[in-house]
Amino acid sequence: MMRDVAIIGIGLTKFGELWDKSFRNLIAEAGSKALLDSGISGSELDALYVGSMSTGRFIGQEHVGALVADWSGFAHMHIPAIRVESACASGGLAVRQGYFSVASGMNDIVVVGGVEKMTDVVGDEATDTLATGLDQEWEAFFGATFPGLYAMIATRHMHDYGTTREQLAKVAVKNHANGALNPYAQFKRAIPLEKVLCSPMTAYPLGMLDCSPVSDGAAAIVLCAADKAKKYTDKPVKILGTGQASDTLSLHGRDNICTFESTVFAGKNAYKQAKLTPNDIDVAEVHDCFTIAEILAIEDLGFVKKGEGGKAIDDKITTLDGKIPINPSGGLKAKGHPVGATGVAQIAEIVMQLRGEAGDRQIKDAKIGLTHNVGAVGASCVVHILEGM
Amino acid sequence: MTDGAVPRFWREIPQRYNLIGNQCGSCNKVYFPPRESCPYCRRKSMGKMKNLKLKGQGEVLTYTIIYNAPEHFEGQTPYAMAIIKLDEGPKVTAQIVDCDLDKIKIGMRVQSTFRKIQEDGYIGAIYYGYKFKSVEVK
Repeated sequence: MMRDVAIIGIGLTKFGELWDKSFRNLIAEAGSKALLDSGISGSELDALYVGSMSTGRFIGQEHVGALVADWSGFAHMHIPAIRVESACASGGLAVRQGYFSVASGMNDIVVVGGVEKMTDVVGDEATDTLATGLDQEWEAFFGATFPGLYAMIATRHMHDYGTTREQLAKVAVKNHANGALNPYAQFKRAIPLEKVLCSPMTAYPLGMLDCSPVSDGAAAIVLCAADKAKKYTDKPVKILGTGQASDTLSLHGRDNICTFESTVFAGKNAYKQAKLTPNDIDVAEVHDCFTIAEILAIEDLGFVKKGEGGKAIDDKITTLDGKIPINPSGGLKAKGHPVGATGVAQIAEIVMQLRGEAGDRQIKDAKIGLTHNVGAVGASCVVHILEGM
Repeated sequence: MTDGAVPRFWREIPQRYNLIGNQCGSCNKVYFPPRESCPYCRRKSMGKMKNLKLKGQGEVLTYTIIYNAPEHFEGQTPYAMAIIKLDEGPKVTAQIVDCDLDKIKIGMRVQSTFRKIQEDGYIGAIYYGYKFKSVEVK
């Protein structure tokens, strides 16, 4: 029988182009902040999990579990350290693996980190590295790009459901407005609709301001058996449900490209475990690597009907004071998207929201929150549902 | 992704030059690129997957115009990419060429054509494969 698991500490670095910080600086900073926040001592730690997408290409370094254990100061304690990879869902998946290890009873307390250092490469290397999450032989070889594949989803969504270029742009406007309130965000400024609409085309119909940026950053959380959580903190947050799913690596391999079945299945499993429905969620951090991705996510997670994601933006139901606030942190779009860090940072944001510590972007009476982390163009997805204890 | 040993590209020549897919002997579903077994019939399809040359005819399911391209494609921008549903069933991601970019439409009929896809700098290998052209508009 699995036991309940709680989050007892969180730590974040600022996200952005952090030229004075290395990969190891970033993850050590986030990890120590999480340990301090949790009140545990390092000697109580049973294991360390870290999500990162592509350290091999971004910094020419693999063997990341050991590196992170070492630079977090745990080498002499010889604690097990595990690196987890699932493209842009690496962070969310690391949380899920940490959760399993505590839920199973094998570990009592683990720290889960996520990190990416994306600005140590030059030229096209960062975008080329992100594109390794696509099907290299049957998509990228022929000239498809990461934004290009999401753009093809957007073209079809506009065709099938009448979604408009303005509705896509409004997702960016909303998330920048939220990011302006988040001290950790890469872009702490609101942008007007016209600026998104006339940003240079990346891949029609997506402009540059429809895309999340290249970022450095790290996030970490401490997981603990729920029955012991109150020993360390007054505000533990319980993981009510976790779901994960996969799909074809290539977008063209799917019957319907206007839905991510990986999101649908990961969501269903998380809702089932939590014994909740989409109506029970007060706030969500979803994977808006491109504006169309947020529209797809709110449909596939069941917050709105399929095809009504664009209308939801017009109706303002996803703003901070809307019926279902989406991406109060600013999302990947404005908070930044250091890929491996993203899934863990989403959890940290929801924990802040449920603790009532989210400052100017606090969602009123938030009791239950959801995180949604996607690998590349939907070939993998991880969903978590959290509740304050 | 063009940095690599020649065999990585050479072994895909039948698929990329001639659209060789395969067909499940159990349920007749067609796959491109060919698969080791049919994901639906699984063990029943083992040893029953037969090669099949696809005609290269199909329709555009969706498309985009790429303005920001990887280094090996920079000389081609802006270019159109599409997901094409081939008449035999499989879908592929490929460029649409020989057509005004603003004429491309969802549902447009297309035919495959053998073209240069990318080259590995001035001295590296040149890689060939399929692109598609409209059979309706120029």
